[in-house]
Amino acid sequence: MTATLPEGVAGYLLITAIALVAHESWRWAGALLGRRVRETDAAFVWVRYVSAALVAGLTMRLVLFPAGVLGEIDSHVRVISLAMAAIVYVLARNNLGLGILSGSVTMLVLAYAAKLPF
Amino acid sequence: METLGRGWLIAVRVPGIVLFASSVGYGALCRDTGLDLGLTLFINAVFFALPAQVVVVDQIARGAALTGAAFAVALTAIRLLPMTVSLLPLLRHEDRLPRLGFLATHFVAISVWLDGIMRLPLLPTALRLPYFIGTGLGMMSATLCGSATGFIVAKSVPPIIAAVLLFMPPSFFLLSLIGTARIRADWLAIGLGAILGPVFYTLAPGVDLLLTGVIGGTIAFAVSRMRR
Repeated sequence: MTATLPEGVAGYLLITAIALVAHESWRWAGALLGRRVRETDAAFVWVRYVSAALVAGLTMRLVLFPAGVLGEIDSHVRVISLAMAAIVYVLARNNLGLGILSGSVTMLVLAYAAKLPF
Repeated sequence: METLGRGWLIAVRVPGIVLFASSVGYGALCRDTGLDLGLTLFINAVFFALPAQVVVVDQIARGAALTGAAFAVALTAIRLLPMTVSLLPLLRHEDRLPRLGFLATHFVAISVWLDGIMRLPLLPTALRLPYFIGTGLGMMSATLCGSATGFIVAKSVPPIIAAVLLFMPPSFFLLSLIGTARIRADWLAIGLGAILGPVFYTLAPGVDLLLTGVIGGTIAFAVSRMRR
């Protein structure tokens, strides 16, 4: 299958272990802390900024250093399409569907245009 | 029960459709990576958060050690903590959190959380948990259908379409971030993350997300405090 994930049941168990230890535990910790932490606490605010910066970093990583066939699209096209999604989203008063659609259409059009022989 | 069903309908509203499309990208990525359909859906169900799913599959694709993958996954999941913390008070009924509420935290992910933060305060407390579980199950259905669809069509669509599908998760993350930004420091955190992410990925791959989050987030936090 793949280089690092074992075949069969072992693969599933490993994924489950990673999910429970590295991922689900944050939800559980949030549930436990949720009883005490107030939304205005400094620690809460800090964690919110950290998570926002982290997801923004992940977004740019996926767009600038993509895995798979997305890498075959010119990097300028990827960045312009992402910007278009964001601009339309804001102009359309946070309409998710319209934003994502605009970004995707921009990518399609530019990618096809780049293949035309001029 | 009726409220749960009403929540479930989120699957066919805009957030569900966008999540479906994003999951198509995830499914296509899994196919690209060489995973089978069972594992693709399993990863979808146990993580139920697109960034973690994409990171774990991406790390497998790059042949990274799974300890590294676990570390990267943990970093993307940090945000689930404040999200859960801020959601729980909304799920209380008669000042107690129903036991089911603890399990329901599995549904804490960007889109379900966004919908919860916006709609739960408008519902009577007795109906909030059923509604939240309904939206969680609805979004789960939407992502599983999307992942399966993406997995199945990945090899049969033109590469450009496949690329667009892979492009949907990051677009969705960015727009969700913009949608939750309220004050200037939120924008600073997003901007710093967007700049530092690629820089640290080049300089220190592996710990890039941690550095991006902690440094970008701390600067935004410091700025927000200084302004007081």
